[in-house]
Amino acid sequence: MPKITSIAELKKIQGEIKAKKAAAAKDKIVVNVSLATCSIASGGKTVLAAMKDEAAKQGINNVEFMMSGCMTYCHSEPTVAVALPGKDAVLFGNLDEAGARLLVEKYLKNGEVVGKVIPINYTRVEL
Amino acid sequence: MDLKKQLRIATRNCGFIDPECIEDYIGVRGYEALATAITAGTPADVIDVMKKSGLRGRGGGGFPTGTKWGFAAANTADQKYVVMNADEGDPGAFMDRAVLEGDPHSTVEAMAICGYAIGASIGVVYIRAEYPLAIKRLVKAIDDARASGLLGKNILGSGFDFDIELKYGAGAFVCGEETGLIRSMEGQRGEPYTKPPFPANSGYWGKPTIVNNVETFANIPAIMVKGSDWFSSIGTEKSKGTKVFALAGKIVNVGLIEVPMGITLGEIIFEIGGGCPDGKKFKAVQTGGPSGGALTFKDVDVPIDYDNLIAKGSMMGSGGMVVMDEDNCMVDVAKFFLDFTMDETCGKCTPCRIGSKRLYELLEKITLGNGVPADLDKLKMLATTIKDTALCGLGQTMPNPVLSTMATFADEYRAHIYDKKCPSGVCANLLEIVIVPEKCIGCTLCARVCPVNCIAGKVKEVHVIDQAACIKCGACIDKCKFEAIVKQ
Repeated sequence: MPKITSIAELKKIQGEIKAKKAAAAKDKIVVNVSLATCSIASGGKTVLAAMKDEAAKQGINNVEFMMSGCMTYCHSEPTVAVALPGKDAVLFGNLDEAGARLLVEKYLKNGEVVGKVIPINYTRVEL
Repeated sequence: MDLKKQLRIATRNCGFIDPECIEDYIGVRGYEALATAITAGTPADVIDVMKKSGLRGRGGGGFPTGTKWGFAAANTADQKYVVMNADEGDPGAFMDRAVLEGDPHSTVEAMAICGYAIGASIGVVYIRAEYPLAIKRLVKAIDDARASGLLGKNILGSGFDFDIELKYGAGAFVCGEETGLIRSMEGQRGEPYTKPPFPANSGYWGKPTIVNNVETFANIPAIMVKGSDWFSSIGTEKSKGTKVFALAGKIVNVGLIEVPMGITLGEIIFEIGGGCPDGKKFKAVQTGGPSGGALTFKDVDVPIDYDNLIAKGSMMGSGGMVVMDEDNCMVDVAKFFLDFTMDETCGKCTPCRIGSKRLYELLEKITLGNGVPADLDKLKMLATTIKDTALCGLGQTMPNPVLSTMATFADEYRAHIYDKKCPSGVCANLLEIVIVPEKCIGCTLCARVCPVNCIAGKVKEVHVIDQAACIKCGACIDKCKFEAIVKQ
């Protein structure tokens, strides 16, 4: 990213990023894999690799993979949040290699919920 | 069940943005608070917002953040420092790591805001070397912010300079105490010193220094963007905003939670935490780690905030919540925490160095079944003396687990001393593992699993455990299919 030299420039970049994110949320499947120390220890990286591989195998092209930090659900790690185009993210937990592949095959491809879904139990303050 | 008991301010971005991508952070109005503060306001404005917000230090002490910043700002010095305390060391607490791994930029931004407010150009992060991923992501965040012109010289053309460096701690609990931390940063032994002088007047290298915790910093950009009125509308009269807790131990939903101050203990344990696993009865929760105390099943209606916890003989601490069920022995729990502080005392002052050892020995004596009635008075006297005379926060709070368990579970202490029994069946010396003759069918499974071969009996005949040889490992209990072996 280029050097930001004024608050106006910062706001402009902020607007561009927001627009890009909104566009991705509208048209793409966004797969967000929790990769904090604990999620990695419980197999988060394996899940990410399996999902990427399976998406390629299934020929699903409109997926954007991203990693994030702690999703706060230690009891259900590894966790993955999947947002189908235009929809709210659904949080899946206790995934392993097989579960990750099944998730791609069922939910990413057909919107069919499979495995453990974690209910969202918080209100997030968004700025 | 209301699933939305939680409110996420400090952890607002954790799990939502890519922590290694500065664009993701800018996309959620990142660095906007800093940019606005340094280009459109004065340092006094920032301190005013912080004071009005009512934010108090999240590392445990609960000192009002704005007031502390005001002290440092009022001092004139050729150099001031902003320090982020990321030396998270309470057993069972991991919220700082979660924030640093999930949203490092919010802490970087907040340190710069603090720097502007107090007139500091250098920020230092004191982080434990055992957090390699948090370090990696924080370093990347600092580098990216610098490359984007959001740290460094003349940020956004405002004339304000600020940069951040890291110091790695070797993982000593006492270095989380701010004066111990400062000594350690200066390359000396991590030994606390008496306050005053407070770091806000004379801290790192003798200069005015603000030491704030990771979670405190993570709240600040949100307060600056949404305003002090918004923040102070959340929480209780004297404790504003939210607190992040690490829920661990005997609880179904182990995890990180962020809840508004004033939520009751019962809501945390049963509604968010889902209660104890396997239908066991909730007994107590240790808040504030080794410096705190136990809240019990009697306290489920207590609203959690700084003052209520202190009134209950505990403290907020950094926010570890270790949940215990009916199978936990409270004397053993107190011993566990004393074992920790006994190891972690720096040894500078006598009450802490020797007192912790003696406290531990008394607890050990009781759990081994050698306690005498006079030990209870001794424990109390020693604990109170340490609390009153130790040099720093570590020593002053170290007896809390003993005092609070003695106050709320006096019957358990008495059972150990007078009846030589451990009601929860934890203290090995005080229990016998026996086979119930009516239930034993003589399957021999227990005899085969016993590591010391102390179970005798023929096939299809009742088996018997030789108490003198039994090491109380409990392997036979787990193996028995007929619930014929019990602790008593």
